[in-house]
This record gives sequence, structure tokens and C-alpha cells, in this order.
Amino acid sequence: MAAEKRVVFRSAWLPYLLVAPQIAITVIFFFWPAFQAAWYSFQLQDAFGLQTEFVGLRNFHELFGDPRYLESFKITAVFSILVSTIGISISLLLATMANRVIRGAMGYKTFLIWPYAVASAVAGVIFAFLFAPSVGIVTFALKQIGVHWNWVLRGDQAMILVVVASIWKQISYNFLFFLAGLQSIPKSLIEAAAIDGAGPIRRFWTVVFPLLTPTTFFLLVINIVYAFFDTFGVIDATTQGGPAGATNILVYKVYHDGVKSADLGGSSAQSVILMIIVIALTVVQFRFIERKVHY
Amino acid sequence: MRFQALTATAFAIGLLGASSAQAQTEIQWWHSMTGALGDRVNDIANGFNASQKDYKVVPIFKGTYPESMTAAIAAFRAGNAPHILQVFEVGTATMMAAKGAIKPVYIMMKEAKEPFDPKNYLAAVAGYYTDSKGNMLSLPFNSSTPLFYVNKDAFKKAGLDPEKAPKTWAEFAVAAAKLKASGQECVYTTGWPSWVHIENFSAWHNLPIATKSNGFDGFDTEFKINSPHHVAHITMLADYVKKGWFTYSGRTNQGEARFFSGECAMLTSSSAAQGNIRKNAKFDFSVNFLPYNHTIEGAPQNSIIGGATLWVMSGKKADEYKGVTKFLSYVSTTPVQSAWHQGTGYVPITNAAFEATKQSGYYEKNPGTDMAIRQLNNKAPTANSKGLRFGNYVQGREVIEEEMEAVFAGKKDAKTALDQAVKRGNEILRKFEAANK
Repeated sequence: MAAEKRVVFRSAWLPYLLVAPQIAITVIFFFWPAFQAAWYSFQLQDAFGLQTEFVGLRNFHELFGDPRYLESFKITAVFSILVSTIGISISLLLATMANRVIRGAMGYKTFLIWPYAVASAVAGVIFAFLFAPSVGIVTFALKQIGVHWNWVLRGDQAMILVVVASIWKQISYNFLFFLAGLQSIPKSLIEAAAIDGAGPIRRFWTVVFPLLTPTTFFLLVINIVYAFFDTFGVIDATTQGGPAGATNILVYKVYHDGVKSADLGGSSAQSVILMIIVIALTVVQFRFIERKVHY
Repeated sequence: MRFQALTATAFAIGLLGASSAQAQTEIQWWHSMTGALGDRVNDIANGFNASQKDYKVVPIFKGTYPESMTAAIAAFRAGNAPHILQVFEVGTATMMAAKGAIKPVYIMMKEAKEPFDPKNYLAAVAGYYTDSKGNMLSLPFNSSTPLFYVNKDAFKKAGLDPEKAPKTWAEFAVAAAKLKASGQECVYTTGWPSWVHIENFSAWHNLPIATKSNGFDGFDTEFKINSPHHVAHITMLADYVKKGWFTYSGRTNQGEARFFSGECAMLTSSSAAQGNIRKNAKFDFSVNFLPYNHTIEGAPQNSIIGGATLWVMSGKKADEYKGVTKFLSYVSTTPVQSAWHQGTGYVPITNAAFEATKQSGYYEKNPGTDMAIRQLNNKAPTANSKGLRFGNYVQGREVIEEEMEAVFAGKKDAKTALDQAVKRGNEILRKFEAANK
């Protein structure tokens, strides 16, 4: 700690001036809209904002009395658990494999990182094409093995589709972190275990995986946040929350009710609830990482 | 985080709107027409711009109907609304209720002393956008109605008479069974499920969609789509799903591609699909009236329209309104309307354009192109078949479609689903009523 570098400003106002642009951006683009959302959540407005009525907690009251909002919570939970657990498992497997490859390792790694450069909306479109109910290649293949694939009508299949597309999109990110985590594990530990007679599988579960826990936990939080918010593009490009609301996750419902249905009050109330969820997740993440990240 | 999107959009639009040239009076026209339809829109604007020097109409594509409406609402809140906005029919009640945001077309025409007679416009179309006193609030632009398309080659293959398309749902069942037996994988599909099977089903059988003349007489309207006739119709469709006679394709026009690719032998979808079908279908097809239930007395009545109108936004300068007035009059002229009708498959909005197209022999040369207008004019519209006017109906229609999907997926029976649709739909109507007192 002694070597910590510290810049000392002599001027009283210069440091404030230097952080001012960043503060301004945060206030204008983050705090102000967040404050507005909180303010709107207590109001009932017509689409054009011509008539506004303060309704207190009525929007929230209506939300929690709405079975479809509670259903959306459930759907979001199922969706984010599926996306994060399956996504993390596959990435861990791929990272472990890629870490063992010696020839052409660079090539494998590049290909695995590639999908991260694809925007979620584009990922959604690609999967929508592959799985299109009448012309999709995958649909055709599934038909050959006797699976009737029509996600525009079947909720479970729609869920599978958005889960697969979202996982595919996120694998690269998880992969990168796992690979970095694996490479930072001292070789000596693994060698010592090998000398003690532990096979590769045992070595993985008793030595490597415990050492990866902080990474895994970090990724779990990141993936849950991803499933909650960033999968919007995938859903908008494929199911748009349907069929019959089967893939209507919370963030999509906010967009749908606010933008498409022009129900600003109800939509703002939902964003306030989402905001609370994000704050909770962030707190958990920081607390845990502060305590556990050094092993 | 997503809740910022709206504010950000409004901000971006504000920046864009600030920089417009001043040589001519510029008139912004936001629309949602894509592909060939977008080209026709540009043709109309160019035609108008070439016809005079004082005004310049600038058509701007703003995304799908809900998207451009949202963009305009955000722009209005930021004080930068366009002059003219194309709004789809389900947004009508929302626009009408926004009294401070719109300039009713009849008032604008009166102020500009522009000759304007609502009677020149097709009753089935104009009625949708007219207030209870007979004043036209917006200018009809593109209107269509659902029709029934039949693949004649598939009929022939199934041993059916290709010249005899089913007229009733009973005849439909006979044909469907034969088509299925002939190995037709997808027998029938539909576009726009709620528009075709709830809204137009109601009008076509002279059944109310909701109280208060389908919402025309007040915001305190309530849905009536869980009547025994409606339940029977949706039950029938669910039964067809089970039999493999009806394949659900989604909420918009996805079914159209399945028809013109030959995958599905029958289709109910917009009359505006004709252009695409004509261009892509490698088989002989016919365009017909929607099938009806012959056990319901008085059927078939007339169908109702879908599509969009042009709304004029409030708060612009008098000079700009003069330009908008001139432009809307130009849009209504017979040559422009005839070209639009023939080039797109939408129905002509003026009686004169319909007559002119008829006289030119266009309908004889292109059989099927007059079916939409004939179906709309099948009988004089009743309170049940004049149209519909529901607040927040974008949401309302989705509720209906969600419930229909649950039935077709076998999760609910038709009665439960339609009861639920009525209950949920009424909640949306009440919310709209409360926000627009």
C-alpha cells in the first residue's frame, strides 16, 4: 500500500472541473431519466402527456394485482436461471477444453470469442431464421426426426428458442473470463494433485473448480443481469414476448407497455421495480467480490 | 437500461428537427410504408412537390405503425411533432382523444377555405374516421380489408372444383378434409388473427364487438366478443388446429408467405397482400369473400377496414397548414388515388377514383382486385359493421391474440379464453377512459 500513487491538486476547483463532464453525462443520461421514471410511476397519463393525474401508488397496486405481471416475474426467473446456468456450464466446458489444446489454440479461442461481436438483435434474427416455423433449416431437420416445431404457437418452444439464442450470444464472454481464470491457476497446484494420483476429472473438481469459484460467481451475477436486460434484442427480434406472453420477460414488458401501448405510468412503475432489482444485484455482487475475490 | 430509451429518442428527434431549410415551407410526413409501398409514397410526395413551388413535402419512414406513432408522441412531447402522421386504424381512438395534439382535418380545411366534402369519400372507409357529428378528423389514406385466398391448383389436386371457393365455414370444412386427404401439409392459415377472426368475424356476421356501437358512441364501451357465436367460431378453429386443417402462423402477415410459397392451400389475410401473392405465387389462385357461418342470421353483412389515415398534428404555423391542406387535397385527387389503388392493392378512398378505375377496365383485366371494395360495400354498414373505436387498442388487440394463441395451443378452451379476453380488454378500456376524461 505504501507505493500507492496519489495525485494532489493544489487548486480547489480543478478536480471538480475535470470530473464535471463525466458527472454531467451520468446526471443527464442516468439520474434524470431514472428520476423521471420514478416520478411517472405515480402518475396516470394519456399517450401525448396532455392530461396528467397523480395517482399515488395505484400503478404499483395494479401491477401486483395483475397475474400476468407476476407470471412475467416467473418467466424471467426461469429464463435467467436457464440462460446463466446452461451458459456458464457450456462456457466452462469449452474453456477447459480450449485451455488443454496446444496446436491451433489461438484459432479455437478466436472462433469462440467471435459471437460476442454480434449484436443481440442480430443474434435474434439469425436464430429466428434458423428456427423459422415454415422455412427454417433447423425446423426442417427437426421435422425429419418427428418434432413438430412451431414456436409462434408453442410457448415452451419459444422459450427454448430465446434461451438458446441468448446463451449462444453470451458464451464468448463467459469463455473469456473462464479462460483467464484457468490460466491464472498455478500449474504447481495441478501438478501436485497429479503426483498425488488424482485423475483429470478429480483434479478439475477438487482443485480447478474451487479456485474458479470467484470467477463463476462473478459470471453468475453478470449473466443474470444479462438475462434480465440485454436479452431484449433477442426477444424483440424473435418472439416479441409471445406466444401468449410465454417469453414476456420483465424488461420486454416495460418496453412493450411503455412504448408500444403508451401506458407510461404502468411502464414506469415496472422500471422502478427493475431498478430496485438491479441495485440489489449490484450490492450482492460488490459485497461478495470485495470479500471473496482474493484467494 | 431500457427506461431511458423514450427520453433518448425524444432528445434525438429534437436535434434532428432543429435543422430544416427555409427556402420552401417544408412539410414533414411520417409514414410506415415499406418496399414498393414506400416507393409509391415517395411518388405521391414528388408529384406534389413538382406540381407547385411553395411547399415541399418530405416523407420520412419512421418504422412500423406502432413505432412511428410512438416516435410522433415522443416528438410531440418534445415540441417537434411532424405535420402529417400516418396512424393505423387501431390508433384512431388514441389520436381522437388527444384533442390538444391533433388538428382535425375538417377544421383545417375550413380555416384554409379549401373545398372539402366528406361525401366524396367511400362511406365504409370514411365512417371509421368520422366523429359522431359526421366531421372527418383525419384523411383516409391506405385501407384494406381481409379476403379469402384459395390455391386453385391445390383444389384441383384434391379433386375439388377450383372455380368454387368455399363460401361458408361448412363448405370450408368439406374442402379442408379433402385437401388434407390429398396430402396438403398446411391446409389453411391466416394473417392478423384478431382482425380477421374476431373483428371482421363480428362485422361480417353483424355481431357487436363491443357496446356503444363498437366504441363509436363513447369511451365507456365494453367488449362483447365472448358471445356464443364468437365462442363457437374460435372453438371451430381450435378443432381445425387439432385436425391439422389450420396452421397458426403468427400475429402479423407471416401466413401470406406460406400461402404464396404453396405450403398452405387457403389463406385469410389483408387485401393488400394481393400484390405480393400475384408476384410470387407459381400457381393459379382466386380471391374471394371471407367464409361465413350460414347458421347466423343476416350473414354475410359487410367487412371492416384496416390500414391507416393521415393525421395532422397541432401547433404549426398557418402557412404550414395551408401547405398541408393543399397536399391532402392533392392526395385525394382521382389520378393520385387511382394510381395508389392500382399500384398497391389498397382500396380507393374516393368514389371518383373507384369509378375511374372501373371505367378503365382495370377490374376485368385483374380479376380479384375489386373484391375488397365489394366486400366492404356488401350491405349498408350497421352499428356493428361500421368499424371499431377502442382506446389503447394496440394493447387490446394483443390481449385478444394472446388468448387466441392459448386456445390454438390447446391450453384453454375458447369460452374461458374469450371471457378472459373480455375481462382483460375491459380493464384496458377503463384505464384509457380514466386517462382521457
